[in-house]
Amino acid sequence: MAGLYIHVPFCLSKCRYCSFYSITSAQLLPEFVKAIVQEIAFYKDIFSSFDTLYFGGGTPSLLTIRQAQTILETARNHFDISRKAEITMEVNSGDVSLEYFQALRKLGINRLNIGIQSFDNPLLKFLGRRHTAKQAVESIETARTAGFANLGFDLIYGIHGQNLKSWRQTLKKALSFSPEHLSCYQLSLDRKTPLYRQYKKEGLDLSSEKEALDFFITTSNILTEAGYIHYEVSNFARTHHFESRHNRKYWDHKPYLGLGPAAHSFSNNRRWWNKADVKTYLKDIGNGRKPVITSEMLSTEQIALEALFLGMRTADGVKLESFKKLYGFDLLTEKKSIIEALIDNKLVVLKNDRLCPTLAGMAVADSLALI
Amino acid sequence: MKNIRNFSIIAHIDHGKSTLADRLIQFTGVCNERNFQDQMLDNMDIERERGITIKSNAISLPYRAKDGNEYILKLIDTPGHVDFSYEVSRSLASCEGVLLLIDAAQGVQAQTLANLYLAMEHNLEIIPVINKIDLPSADIDRVLEEIDSELGLDPDTHIKCSAKEGIGIEEILEAIIERIPPPKGDASNPLAALIFDAKYDSFRGTIIHCRVFEGSVKAGDIIKFMYNGTTYKVEEVGHFLLIRTKREELSAGDVGYIIAGVKTVADVRTGDTITLQNRPCSQPLPGFKEVKPVVFASIYPIASDDYQDLADSLEKYKLNDASFIYEKDSSAALGQGFRCGFLGLLHLDIVQERLEREFDLSIILSVPSVRYRFTLKDNTVIYVDNPAHYPDPAEIAKGEEPFIRAAMMLPERYLGTVMKLCMEKRGVNSNMTYTGPGRVELSYEMPLAEVIFDFYDRFKSVTQGYGSFDYDIIDYRESNLVLMDILVNSEKVDALSQIVHRDRARARALLACDRLKDEIPRQMFKIAIQGAIGGEIIARSTISAFRKDVTAKCYGGDITRKRKLLEKQKAGKKRMKMIGSVSIPQSAFLAVLKSDND
Repeated sequence: MAGLYIHVPFCLSKCRYCSFYSITSAQLLPEFVKAIVQEIAFYKDIFSSFDTLYFGGGTPSLLTIRQAQTILETARNHFDISRKAEITMEVNSGDVSLEYFQALRKLGINRLNIGIQSFDNPLLKFLGRRHTAKQAVESIETARTAGFANLGFDLIYGIHGQNLKSWRQTLKKALSFSPEHLSCYQLSLDRKTPLYRQYKKEGLDLSSEKEALDFFITTSNILTEAGYIHYEVSNFARTHHFESRHNRKYWDHKPYLGLGPAAHSFSNNRRWWNKADVKTYLKDIGNGRKPVITSEMLSTEQIALEALFLGMRTADGVKLESFKKLYGFDLLTEKKSIIEALIDNKLVVLKNDRLCPTLAGMAVADSLALI
Repeated sequence: MKNIRNFSIIAHIDHGKSTLADRLIQFTGVCNERNFQDQMLDNMDIERERGITIKSNAISLPYRAKDGNEYILKLIDTPGHVDFSYEVSRSLASCEGVLLLIDAAQGVQAQTLANLYLAMEHNLEIIPVINKIDLPSADIDRVLEEIDSELGLDPDTHIKCSAKEGIGIEEILEAIIERIPPPKGDASNPLAALIFDAKYDSFRGTIIHCRVFEGSVKAGDIIKFMYNGTTYKVEEVGHFLLIRTKREELSAGDVGYIIAGVKTVADVRTGDTITLQNRPCSQPLPGFKEVKPVVFASIYPIASDDYQDLADSLEKYKLNDASFIYEKDSSAALGQGFRCGFLGLLHLDIVQERLEREFDLSIILSVPSVRYRFTLKDNTVIYVDNPAHYPDPAEIAKGEEPFIRAAMMLPERYLGTVMKLCMEKRGVNSNMTYTGPGRVELSYEMPLAEVIFDFYDRFKSVTQGYGSFDYDIIDYRESNLVLMDILVNSEKVDALSQIVHRDRARARALLACDRLKDEIPRQMFKIAIQGAIGGEIIARSTISAFRKDVTAKCYGGDITRKRKLLEKQKAGKKRMKMIGSVSIPQSAFLAVLKSDND
């Protein structure tokens, strides 16, 4: 089944590392909601049912309850949204209330992904986050009070000024709330971001290969010991049940429909995406046009490459038999000597007809895809 | 015939030969401004870019001299590199005189001398021309002194010019007419024409470039190549203007072309004599020799799928390069390929570059080798130019390698470093002559293998470009030879195997290991690089494993970008060769051949 993604491209302020598309004026939010409603309708004959729905951003928690409701109702009117669908909203620590969370629950939103990033105030400031560690804690507690039984936290490591010790503390603090899901990202600098410019200007160093590996291994070890499953390079779930069903679709080449500026969609080997510009988006929709800027049909070779690099990011790895069937390429025979070397070097393992990365293998997932 | 002058321009590399040719062409008005381009006679991109002439060329320049008569000046352009010295000698044999071009700033250099000797062997009239007199660093008095003392020519006979600025061009043209004798010969004698070059034309087959010494030839004649007795019917003869221009006949004194249905240039031997089948001349013109390659290397396609393309491209390339030879070869590490023979390292470079450029091929070259001679214990003698065919060491009674005599000219201040370099390269029997104040002519006998390895680059470097170098092959000498292999993660990379002198093996192996370490990108696991003689490891280096990608996040909006990035890297990897489980880039193979100072 397919996943539905709604990109809400508004933020009160931009975090200095963030490269997702958003604007800092919420003035156009009402018009945006109207446009989303229309965009949903454009796809009513192309997609039929969804079992995951994800409000991402931007800051989707800027949507009023009324606006979120409008979007959800429209989606339910046009599509079959299964009763057990995973419906996630990303929320920003600091600008939410108990009432808001309770109302979200009533709308059927059953999973929150809270942008925490760190429990270390100087680092939060360095990243340009508007909230403090205390506010993050409050958001988590409020979410629990509102009855959310599926919470995910976003955390970042490898920040300038952060050492392993402070990272361990952040992880420990996060674990104290027993989140169902954790995303731990290595800080990467997109050229368009202010943080990139600061790193360049001040000559700050990104983590060295060794430091980055230390962070990565430490994170995995701590969370695995705490009982979490390291199911994707940056993602951990308390049980398989709590893996992000929506995000899995990206890694498994399942179909997804992305609505809103800059949102990406994928179906039947075609990927397309909307222009990353709210005004163009509104104008196109207003003119009864899909705001799609690029649409690409992927060749078998391209899909196979994607399947390989996406698969190598996940603990499940690549299923060899279906890879062979889908792409006509028998990895085990065609890449025999390199796979043997990778196994000898404990970067991959073969289990149940799957080629799976080990922890060390996940750290070089992109390179594994280039075998 | 008295209004014809056949001449050539000879010079050390970079002394301005092609520029002077350009000016002569422009001055005589053969071509107008519109279709003029720099280095008119250097037709190939490589020639223009490298500033060297690879193929011979010829052009007729009509000129009305100050005496009021019309003359035809035939300029035969010669290759400008030691690898092609035989071609140069055949071109010179087709002339009555030469312009000996000397750079006003650099003065007499090794190839100035070597070319002068060649011209003297052919009893040519020599006109010394001092070029680049416009340069601030020009030192004409010193050059005049060198013309006298080093070349033994009368300095009063010189002409000063700046080909770049167009100064002195008319004086040169007048001197050609006054001082270079018109060709001799008798058009009624039996035909004797010297082949000085051949080019392939996809419509007409081989275009034979020749100088007619005796007799005449016209369309319909049956000609015979005296070297192998093959006969062809002449389809067309003509002169070279800017393009080929058909004529009724070529007769004694003429430089021109013959088209006679000859399929490939390999069917034509430069230096051979053409005569008529029904009225042959009594003996061939002197000086013919068969050119033999001295440097050998294997060529492999990077992608084994490209083998057929490589085969086709070599066949096409060969059409135009008679001195290039090749045959099938195969390597355990690199698959199917070809073993090729070259006149020298520059020739090898040129072939490689043209295959990559004109035929769009990605190729890997094995380490070049000379042809070694082994006497086995059962007294059989074998020649080995491919390390893959190295005999069983237990069977070898004696190993020998080719030696050269290197002639070098350099300012005295570099003498110490050059001698040190020559000794490092196993040079012996040195000779030294002071040819002028502060200038030395130095000669050494050295193994050819040392010279092809990285001698020339290092010589250029230690003399800061002021030294010049030339060589002749002299003989084979006994040598303590071994086969040195390179192993990458215990897999032998046979294309990197080398036959070397035992004393040099360790240094060579260390260098190769270091170079490979720099050029092979880090991979997901540790890579051990070893140099070995038989089972004995004599050098090693290690490339540590690459351990962490920037993996960050990867959601719907990241996938296409990431895929494009990986596609690019994958395309880069296609230019690498998998040896066992290690990807080795083309640059690593090349780096093993490069000198220390790059």
